[in-house]
Amino acid sequence: MKKSLKWVALALAFSLPLSVQAHRMWMLPSATVLSGADPWVTVDAAVSNDLFYFEHFPLQLHNLTVTAPDGTPAKAENQSTGRYRSTFDVHLTQPGTYRLAVVNSGLFASYKEDGKPKRWRGSPEKFAQDVPANAQDLRVTQTQGRVETFVTVGKPTDTALRPTGQGLELAPVTHPNDLFAKETATFQLLLDGKPAAGIEVSIVPGGIRYRDQLNEIKTKTDAEGKFSVTWPAPGMYWMEAEVRDDKASFSAAKERRATYVATFEVLPE
Amino acid sequence: MRTLIPAAVTGLLVGQAQAADMAVRIEIPRLNVAEYHRPYVAVWIEGPDQKVAANLAVWYDLKLKNDEGTKWLKDLRQWWRRSGRELTMPVDGVSGATRPVGEHQLSFSEGKAPLGKLAEGKYELVVEAAREVGGRELLRIPFHWPPKGPEQAEARGQHELGRVALQIKP
Repeated sequence: MKKSLKWVALALAFSLPLSVQAHRMWMLPSATVLSGADPWVTVDAAVSNDLFYFEHFPLQLHNLTVTAPDGTPAKAENQSTGRYRSTFDVHLTQPGTYRLAVVNSGLFASYKEDGKPKRWRGSPEKFAQDVPANAQDLRVTQTQGRVETFVTVGKPTDTALRPTGQGLELAPVTHPNDLFAKETATFQLLLDGKPAAGIEVSIVPGGIRYRDQLNEIKTKTDAEGKFSVTWPAPGMYWMEAEVRDDKASFSAAKERRATYVATFEVLPE
Repeated sequence: MRTLIPAAVTGLLVGQAQAADMAVRIEIPRLNVAEYHRPYVAVWIEGPDQKVAANLAVWYDLKLKNDEGTKWLKDLRQWWRRSGRELTMPVDGVSGATRPVGEHQLSFSEGKAPLGKLAEGKYELVVEAAREVGGRELLRIPFHWPPKGPEQAEARGQHELGRVALQIKP
């Protein structure tokens, strides 16, 4: 009994960073459209099953970056990580659009050592030191994950939305802070800065706890990496896309998994 | 600061150069609520392309220190999207303090701020109201400009606005 509990805890600890498969990662800002002389937003960040409830794990903020409308980094203040969620505040001192992003990258390995299955996760620097050279059935995946959201003071701007050219990213056709119910928004997915064609996109409205159906919207990017969604109702929406390919930059990794997650607010007409 | 003027306006007006007039009456209803704040109200003219042809009035809380009243301007969410977010408040001749319960009359003359000149065409007068700890309501009254004779039209709100009436004359 004791032993199996320990194993569950261990498995959970290992599965957490892989949570894209089993759980949903997200950031939820207190507002996405702001006016006024001295606006702030506060943001919740969590890993959960249901959207947008804190019920599983906090989203770690070690790799959080806030990009101000002029493209410079801005401060994430009052950071705190609790049992179920992390929170932080951003003082929005510039007019325009801010990008808030948690970008994680690393390696995941599964292998057998003396016939026993092992799982490992870490940085490329740690790989050689942690994973034995004689590991059998070694399978290494490089992971690049981006979890983000956007907030705008006044008029929406695009400088902070410029792609970094790494991993899976979203480029606006429709501005992500200019979304209204019954209207159609178009976005482009980029993989390493280039249009990501034929990628499945999943969009789920928040408030899952209070309905029976997931109401997931599924679509696919076209040849230009673009996809469109007509928002059925106002509210907060969660979007996810994933690419698996062989474009790993780390030599031992045969596979790369790039994920993109965003939270969008859709306002009533 | 002048408000937005559509690109289509070239100053070429058909017929006589006499200026047309516009009067807007807005009723702010008495509401039986525990906590009442005067509504924020935006009044504007929209062309068929949903672009703002003229901002006529924006009533918000001007008295709060450090311009804190501007924090809630985004709650006039259609106006905010159509033009508010592009403006720097206050806007001369457009912004003003919130108004009490009752009927309020606004008069505008063609060629003069804030109405300015409107190209001939179909328009809508839009009135949007948003109240702190309350609701939001938006009314539209379609009209054609310039008017051929005296015309009037009205719309009635359900909760945040009472009767809104538009009178135009050549």
